Amino acid sequence: MRLNSMLPANHSDRRAFLMVAVVAVVWWIAYNNLQPLADGLTYGLLGLSPQTPLGTALNFFVYDVPKLLLLLGGMIFIITVLQTFVDTHRVRALVEKRGEGVGNVMASMFGALTPFCSCSSVPLFIGFVQAGIPLGITFSFLITSPIMNEVAFVMLWGLFGWEIAVLYLISGVTIGVVAGLVLGRLKLERYVEPFVYEVKSKGNAPAMAGEKLSWTERFERGAEGAREIIGKVWLFVIIGIAIGAFIHGFVPEDALTGIMGEGAWWSVPISVLLGIPLYSNAAGVIPIVSALLDKGAALGTALAFMMSVVALSLPEMIILRRILKPQLIAIFVAVVAVSITLTGYLFNLITGFV
Amino acid sequence: MLTIKILGSGCQNCKRLEQEVRDALTDSPITYEIIKVTDYADIAVYGIMSTPGLVMNETVVSFGRIPKRQQILNWVNEYQS
Repeated sequence: MRLNSMLPANHSDRRAFLMVAVVAVVWWIAYNNLQPLADGLTYGLLGLSPQTPLGTALNFFVYDVPKLLLLLGGMIFIITVLQTFVDTHRVRALVEKRGEGVGNVMASMFGALTPFCSCSSVPLFIGFVQAGIPLGITFSFLITSPIMNEVAFVMLWGLFGWEIAVLYLISGVTIGVVAGLVLGRLKLERYVEPFVYEVKSKGNAPAMAGEKLSWTERFERGAEGAREIIGKVWLFVIIGIAIGAFIHGFVPEDALTGIMGEGAWWSVPISVLLGIPLYSNAAGVIPIVSALLDKGAALGTALAFMMSVVALSLPEMIILRRILKPQLIAIFVAVVAVSITLTGYLFNLITGFV
Repeated sequence: MLTIKILGSGCQNCKRLEQEVRDALTDSPITYEIIKVTDYADIAVYGIMSTPGLVMNETVVSFGRIPKRQQILNWVNEYQS
């Protein structure tokens, strides 16, 4: 990319940059003063003691809710601006040239980057198959996309730290690659609904790829994306953190060591199985998982549960049923569930050594 | 006569796009019809890989996002003839 296309081109772009800078400074000041504010409110204004369960629970709540909402707003803005540079048709053209292996890695990474909307996964699936991209590579995309969504990433970042968020990103991409490779080997083409192979596209859409956006437009989309996602998840964040705060304050330490700790090997597959029928978005489930961890649950077990909740869900399967026969959906669920279980063990193994 | 198609399986954004188009055209004198295309096979014909898609007289004008009202009006003016 040429350098001057990266720089603000006109007057209105410069104004947009200035506005983003001002908002960023305000954001930074607010974000860094949340703990004193939360302490002042719970221990000062309300006069609760940090030693009581109610005090810690409330402090936890009034600190975490604004922190996560601020983090979500800021990071979703950045991620959405980055996504304006990603072009589905261009990515398809890139993946098309690669074979098995590299193609799976690229498709999976692309799945991590794109905003996931289960209603868009079907057109994308058809688009990939039409371009002659092998089924296994298409699955790599389809698996990683829901596991690795921007809300999950930001929530993990906010509640567990960036290391865990990055580890989650890497394992999400790995699961997509491995499960895609396995599914690719199984020769499952006959279980795809025939119309997927028959449909001929005539549209001008691919030619529209690579539209030129100004920075003002990119920032506008970023702000729009942040607003939209906050509007969608704020309630889940608050409920999730409220439950988390309750567990944090009232459930005794080590209460879960026996059933969800590293010693309990069977807890990983059970968590995954439990997560399949449960359907929640990452915003609601991550604060609860975070509180469980504090009480002795093992990291791998907790993350496996979370991945299973967000990656495998009934609504998504119903949408996939339009293009995949039931046999393939069953194989898809089985392969993804096994991959997530193995990842859970891996995390438990790593944290067991540290 | 302008034929506007909304491509999408009926998710939230498709409904919002349809509303946006209707709002944009409330004061417009032109005659138009809005067709909702919800079948995936029919959507795939237009070659889009993310929904919702907006089609005017068989030309895809946008996909994967909800365009602004002004932008929709510009396309309407461009394609109605």
